[in-house]
Amino acid sequence: MNVLSDNFAMFREGFVGTVELTALSALLALVLGTLVAAFRVSPVPALRIFGTAWVTLLRNTPLVLLFLAVTLGLPALGLKGWDSFWLAVMALGCYTSAFICEAIRSGINTVPVGQAEAARSIGMTFSQTLGQIVLPQAARTAIPPIGSLLIALAKNTAIASGFNVTELGSVQKTLNAASGYNIYVIFLWIAICYIIITFTISGIFRLLENRLAVAR
Amino acid sequence: MSGSVLYDVPGPRARARNRLYGALATVALVALIGFVLYRLDDTGQFQAGLWDDYEYAETQQRIVDGLLTTLKVFAIAAALSLALGALLATARLSDHKPVRWAATVVVEFFRAMPLLIMIFLLYAAVFTADPMWALVIGLVLYNGSVQAEIFRSGINAVPKGQSEAAYAIGLRKTQVMASVLVPQAVRSMLPSIISQLVVTLKDTSLGFIILYEELLFVGRAFAQQTPPVNGVYAFIPMVIVFGSIYILLCLALSSLATWVERRTQRSRKGAPPAMPADDPALTGDGVHG
Repeated sequence: MNVLSDNFAMFREGFVGTVELTALSALLALVLGTLVAAFRVSPVPALRIFGTAWVTLLRNTPLVLLFLAVTLGLPALGLKGWDSFWLAVMALGCYTSAFICEAIRSGINTVPVGQAEAARSIGMTFSQTLGQIVLPQAARTAIPPIGSLLIALAKNTAIASGFNVTELGSVQKTLNAASGYNIYVIFLWIAICYIIITFTISGIFRLLENRLAVAR
Repeated sequence: MSGSVLYDVPGPRARARNRLYGALATVALVALIGFVLYRLDDTGQFQAGLWDDYEYAETQQRIVDGLLTTLKVFAIAAALSLALGALLATARLSDHKPVRWAATVVVEFFRAMPLLIMIFLLYAAVFTADPMWALVIGLVLYNGSVQAEIFRSGINAVPKGQSEAAYAIGLRKTQVMASVLVPQAVRSMLPSIISQLVVTLKDTSLGFIILYEELLFVGRAFAQQTPPVNGVYAFIPMVIVFGSIYILLCLALSSLATWVERRTQRSRKGAPPAMPADDPALTGDGVHG
């Protein structure tokens, strides 16, 4: 009869799966993205080249292909104990980190040159200048694009349903296959779940934006 | 601010230190790549038996067929999404409130839905026998909505004086659009449009999940058919070969976007139209489903 009340446990599991997948891969993407952005502006050419290669390669790889490479490649590299959930976190986190890196880098570019010059003139090193002066100011302009990247990440988690991870996409697939329910109604509930998640993310980022805003 | 503002011009000690860090980073990277290659070799991924198949003309033909299928889906989806984008953008810029409102709802809804969820719906409800159209229509609905936003913000970014001048000499709205606003807007939006087309091309690989015979699916079918050599299946060679094809395709299209961007910047007279920096549709990265 009613898809949601009949399969509430399944929906809850799928919802929690999507939220966990989104949160963990967002964390990985933010850490990796900041690190690679620091590499890309660092004084060491080898790190700059690595950063550029990382971003160029990942931005031009379809996410499905990355999922395939991670789920097939990492076990062959010796990570045999990992289940499909953590492999999905790896794939989503690495993929999104390339975009986060670019968002942070363009944030760095909007910080007035005088800030870094002043930091250098009082004797700060590269890591002090970047970590204490430039990145905190860059965060302000980087936050809105990072918010939309994380919303895109939440939507991309659906791809994990093709790789044995329980989340909303796989719930939809299972229920579509089970006869007796209206497929559009299933879609409606799944859509509402995703809208809850994306609205929460954009709410959090609007809050962050307001808190970090300064009157200039 | 360029990177070099973040650090002083290195003196002799800083140069030595940077060289040391560079050497350490290089060693670490080479060691990592070496480890990956060693592990792949150690687990038997480079055995000749797994790679022989790629030498046969029949195999190469199948790869080409898969590639053509992917390109066919991409071409149809790209053309239709540009058409849908133009239609929706026109509707959103309409003078009639109901039309504007309806187009806004459509655009916002399809942008908010994960593409794969749309494809699952279309595959289960409408195109049960034909995964290709489920994939194509899904791509068109999503990318069309994103393209509509790109078109709309491109047209809004043309300085207001242009349309005011056109109205002042008595042109109708259609004429103002077609002969004044669109030609100027296309220039500034072309890089964003092409970036979104790269996203469309990447997303054709979602067909893999609904078992449509595009490039990645051909690859997997292929790896499953190849008999295992010493207990090793041909999946990783497949990922290496088919992954390179995909990455090269996307890189080619992205570098076209970069080239167009540089070209339009060079030929543009006066200041470029201001673009809202926080609109993800315009940051040049494309928006991913």
